[in-house]
Amino acid sequence: MLTFLARRLVQMVPLLVGITFLSFLIVGLAPGDFFSSLAMNPTIAPEAIEAMKREFGYGQPLVVRYLAWLSRAVRGDLGLSAAHRVGVATLIGQRVGNTLVLAVSAMLVTWLLAIPLGVLVAMRRGRPTDRLLSLLAFLGMSVPNFFLAFLLLRLALQTGWFPVGGTVSIDHDQLSLGGRLLDRLHHLALPTLVLATSGVAGLMRLMRGAILDLEKSDFVRTARAKGLPERTVLFRHVLRNALNPFVTLAGYELGTLLGGAALVENVMNLQGLGSLMLQAVLAADVYLVMGSVLMGSILLLLGNLLADLALTRVDPRIDFSSLEAVR
Amino acid sequence: MIEPGGGLEGEFLATDAGVESGVRARRPWSAVASAAVLCTLYAAAAFAPWVAPFEPSAQHRDAPNAPPMRLHLAPPSRWATEGLLYVHPQKLVDSLRRQYEVDESARIPLHFGARGHLLAPSDPDARVFLFGSDALGRDILSRLVHGGRVSLSVGLVGVAISSVVGMTVGTIAGYVGGRTDAILMRLCEVMMALPAFYFLLALSAVIPPGLSPAQTFLLIVALMSFIRWAGFARVVRGIVAGVREREHVQAARALGASTPRILLRHVAPAALGYAIVASTLSIPGFILGESALSLLGLGIQEPSTSWGSMLSDAQNLTNLDRYPWLLAPGILIAVTTMAFNFLGDHLRDRLDPRAAGRL
Repeated sequence: MLTFLARRLVQMVPLLVGITFLSFLIVGLAPGDFFSSLAMNPTIAPEAIEAMKREFGYGQPLVVRYLAWLSRAVRGDLGLSAAHRVGVATLIGQRVGNTLVLAVSAMLVTWLLAIPLGVLVAMRRGRPTDRLLSLLAFLGMSVPNFFLAFLLLRLALQTGWFPVGGTVSIDHDQLSLGGRLLDRLHHLALPTLVLATSGVAGLMRLMRGAILDLEKSDFVRTARAKGLPERTVLFRHVLRNALNPFVTLAGYELGTLLGGAALVENVMNLQGLGSLMLQAVLAADVYLVMGSVLMGSILLLLGNLLADLALTRVDPRIDFSSLEAVR
Repeated sequence: MIEPGGGLEGEFLATDAGVESGVRARRPWSAVASAAVLCTLYAAAAFAPWVAPFEPSAQHRDAPNAPPMRLHLAPPSRWATEGLLYVHPQKLVDSLRRQYEVDESARIPLHFGARGHLLAPSDPDARVFLFGSDALGRDILSRLVHGGRVSLSVGLVGVAISSVVGMTVGTIAGYVGGRTDAILMRLCEVMMALPAFYFLLALSAVIPPGLSPAQTFLLIVALMSFIRWAGFARVVRGIVAGVREREHVQAARALGASTPRILLRHVAPAALGYAIVASTLSIPGFILGESALSLLGLGIQEPSTSWGSMLSDAQNLTNLDRYPWLLAPGILIAVTTMAFNFLGDHLRDRLDPRAAGRL
């Protein structure tokens, strides 16, 4: 397992280099000059800007600048944000927690709802429950994230049941520990719902399909013929096998969630990686853009890795060597 | 349900998927309805200047954020003189809070074909807002119809680009194999490992200010296609690699057919079903991508309009609270997405039975 982990982590390196180089190439094409916007700021000494220009290889070919960035990034120095005038790493550190909390809670809600609902509609197939939920699933998959965010925001504005935007209340620091937790969850509820909706809908449909496929398989028929109670057949035979593809999906789901979170953060005014990234793009804050893309890619790759690890837990037939073979 | 045992496995799977796959397939009417909705939307966009009652940029500063007006059916006795439909005029009574009063006593008749529009008042200056107006007093209905030109064509152009690139790369990788295949597939993996939305944001930083609307539009579509071709290429590569050694391809090769001919006549058709289904299902992705970018202020900019850029008005919480009709473009985006999903699902059941059981 350790060698597998080590190998996968090493495999991530060229991928990350490829991604960051591509981003660097693109951001390098962007109009507007990072240093000219710095120079307009009277509070930054010209000498400091000259020093930064040297450090980041200003005026040199793109590849040299990329290598300069890369060698600093490896040491954890992602450069300075022009707009915020703090280190990019610090900024990202402040924001990435919120995005992760949002993505993980959305994922938890997705799974906690999608699996039982999937089982329910599979058991009630063809009946009104199935039809209604399947139709709702289709609606859920088709309604755009950001539109749902608007609708829920409007609900919050009209009813006052939920806070509008932000991750915590103003008086968050004065609350007790339990109060703080509740406050956070209260703020998290709507964004989580927005992000989880399409996931719940999609996974529920997949679950339904997987269960119906397995219902016809020989080992399920055998289990029934043995006289096992229906509950045992469902939970021990059908469900355990139906879960496999979902674990793989979970990793990819994380990518969708990160992207969705970026949009929802901006619409619902949350302080996360996605809203940071948007500000960076709008301000042509080159190193902040690079840092955010890097962070996003790392999260995505780690998510896929975790999903593969989880897969070996769920399905004993899959071991590390077979995972390598797939790659 | 058909019991396993008889017939080809492929046929069995196809019928079975049709029976068991829930909402889709069992109800072809959903596909028909979707096609009808899409045709209507695309026709409205195509004939936008005729369908829209007003110019999309015509401002009525004395009627900001006017609520949608109710359309009334005139009593038959008035049809000959005043036409079929009318609205009651609205008067701004509180310009600070944007409150309007409906004047029930007066009527503004609407005529089909008036002033060369589908349905409009004969007076070009009449304040008739069937879907309400925005903060500058522009007619939302007219803006929706014109904005649809951008939003709806983004999907088609984007799919055209990404599927052609994806098909080409996938076919080359799958047919040539070897090192070319390995390199192309590693490239695809990098593209697919990208956090797409973050990358799209980074890419949109490249859009220089001062481009013409058409150039911005093309650039946005190109950026999105750039992100999306890889998934397409991978699946096509799989299909092509599977077909490459089939008998009919070998026979064509033995008969001395040229490589392009083999690819076009014997290999590509195998991937065609997948290509049609995948294209249909990826159109919403482009529409949503453009909407998201424009919503965030990175895509289509004023004065040109798209559904996403219109929706950015609703980002202001006061607007969202008081003027819910600003959400109308969101409804159209959702309806379009849904229609393409229904249609794609139906096509998949018809054209690509193998995929029905898969993801």
